[in-house]
Amino acid sequence: MSGFSFDAVAAILFIPAAAAAILAALPNYRMTAIVNVIASLLTLLAALSLFATDRPAPGQYLIVDDLNIVFIVLNTFVGFTTSVFSASYIAHELETGRLTAPNLRFYHAMYQIMMFGMNLAFVSNNIGLMWVAVELATLTTVLMVGIYRTHEALEAAWKYFILGSVGIALALFGTILVYMAAQPVVGEGTNAMVWSVLIEKAAHFDPALLSVAFIFLLLGYGTKVGLAPLHAWLPDAHAEGPTPISAVLSGLLLNVALYAVLRFKLLLAASPQAIGPGPLMVTMGLTSLIFAAFMLYRRRDIKRLFAYSSIEHMGIIVFAFGMGGPLANFAGLLHMVMHSLTKSAIFFAVGHIAQVKGTQKISEIRGLTESHPGLGWALVIGVVAIAGLPPLGIFMSEFLVVSSTFARHPWLAIPLVFGLLIAFGALLLRLTGLAFGEPRGGMAPVEASYVPMYSHLALVFAAGIYLPAPLVAWFQHVAGILG
Amino acid sequence: MNGLTFDIAHLLAGSLVLISFMMLYQDRLFALINVFALHAVVLALSVAWQAYIQDAHHLYITAGIALVFKAIVIPVGLHRIIQRLGIHRDIETAVGIGPTMLAGIGLVTLSMVLMLRVTPEADPLAREDLAFALSIILLGLLVMVTRRNAVSQVVGFMSLENGLVLAATGAKGMPLVVEISVAFSILIAFIVIGVFLFRIRERFDSVDVGALDDYRGERR
Repeated sequence: MSGFSFDAVAAILFIPAAAAAILAALPNYRMTAIVNVIASLLTLLAALSLFATDRPAPGQYLIVDDLNIVFIVLNTFVGFTTSVFSASYIAHELETGRLTAPNLRFYHAMYQIMMFGMNLAFVSNNIGLMWVAVELATLTTVLMVGIYRTHEALEAAWKYFILGSVGIALALFGTILVYMAAQPVVGEGTNAMVWSVLIEKAAHFDPALLSVAFIFLLLGYGTKVGLAPLHAWLPDAHAEGPTPISAVLSGLLLNVALYAVLRFKLLLAASPQAIGPGPLMVTMGLTSLIFAAFMLYRRRDIKRLFAYSSIEHMGIIVFAFGMGGPLANFAGLLHMVMHSLTKSAIFFAVGHIAQVKGTQKISEIRGLTESHPGLGWALVIGVVAIAGLPPLGIFMSEFLVVSSTFARHPWLAIPLVFGLLIAFGALLLRLTGLAFGEPRGGMAPVEASYVPMYSHLALVFAAGIYLPAPLVAWFQHVAGILG
Repeated sequence: MNGLTFDIAHLLAGSLVLISFMMLYQDRLFALINVFALHAVVLALSVAWQAYIQDAHHLYITAGIALVFKAIVIPVGLHRIIQRLGIHRDIETAVGIGPTMLAGIGLVTLSMVLMLRVTPEADPLAREDLAFALSIILLGLLVMVTRRNAVSQVVGFMSLENGLVLAATGAKGMPLVVEISVAFSILIAFIVIGVFLFRIRERFDSVDVGALDDYRGERR
């Protein structure tokens, strides 16, 4: 961990932490929004430099390997684009008086603390530290969900807080059990919580204890992933918080929890006698997918609609990783990246739409492509992508998930395809109402920031047409690690 | 000597489970908070005893945090909040006391059967601590599920965290990082909850979470 002229890992942790301190002290909201964007950009650059610089050897607390680089780069990229979107969104909220200047100071500081927490969760090599980081990221989002202080926002934040805390408590118990399983083999002390040490010796751990630990970890972190039946916090938190937070919740925080589950899945896979993590994850994934697909039909709130769509897609991703094997893991990884990009782009569009129409009710929003073509078409492309139509990226990843399932467990493909089709129908049904027909609601022109949403959509489109060979090789390599 | 240290640790952890049961049937907020304070005191004793028998001095800090923070500061603070809000009424339990107690017994049985079965090779002390800890966690969850009042849900959550601390201290040589983080998370959680409570009070003149249920997002 020494002898670096530039330590990228330290930078991706230090920049958000320092930015949070600065933002908490700055009074001017325009300046804080700019500082927030700059800090997010610097973090992204630091993350990209991970490809160029030498990696430090895994220490007792931090690690950089091929698996987490994917997550870190995705995280900092969406963090940066969201901060750009957030600047224009927040300016509007200030004009309409929904937020005040002190609120914003708090909001921006919390945004950077959340980025710090998520980055720390990704680079931590210590399962205790990872738990602390996930907890930190969660608490900051709870505070941001409640920022409007309305009746609904408070209920959402309270529900999120209570369910999130229970989840995190179960995850801590699972972490303690992993330590208990490791302690006779590795010895007492910090080493028994270091992931890179655990993975080498996992074969000698008590398999029964490790299995029980994984169940607690899956339930605990699974609550944060939003897997049914532990998803109840997710739609409320998405619908009632500021929209940039909905975008990072769906695009990033769910991935953080998923990453934690994957790390422990690897641990379990290294211990041959322990229960297979696959069937558990496949079951939870399928349940979430089908449940969320049906729930999509009854949504009347536009942000809730896309929140349920996030549950659906996390279900698909967990299903893919639960299937395991190089192809399904590849599909799962690709789907995760595509979903993060698409869903945050959709939330960027939805945020501006809700602002200009003054409502989140689906029935009161009509004909967006006529009244606001820029936003309307972004929404159309986003929903077409998220529903899984070709030629966009999600079609490709869903196709890979389905085809790998058909190849190995054909009977599992039936409920999978069923769920996908149900969700597809619901999304297109809602989209036609929202985007086409006679315009209804506010007609005022909008000062939207189109760059973040269209750059995400362009990436998703490009990925659907052509994936560069180095990227494919990289993903295949990571899929191989995931076993 | 070995038998005695074991018995004392056993006694303390067992008492924690019993006190968790006592929380299930308290129907007044003040009584519930007093029982929670007792829970925290016994936890502090249990942690201190673990520190003594494991010769792990850093655990005394955890015990101190449990004693000062959870047994004194939080209960006093909650008392004041309740007085300020004027809600010393009965707790509305969502489920009756009889079924709740039966569910509690079921949960404790479940955790004993599960933990004792999967840890036959572990150190007997750690193993029983773990079984007790899981019981306390599940009972804490049960308190949270059966209460509708925000303050009592918070108390349920804190008793759940007590179970986690018991498990963490029972695991020999677990790094200090974790214990402090647990303590910190409780501190943060308390601040968060405090903020929430005041906001809820500000808006609805009630800390009954049921009042929040009016809004379902879909039905209006």
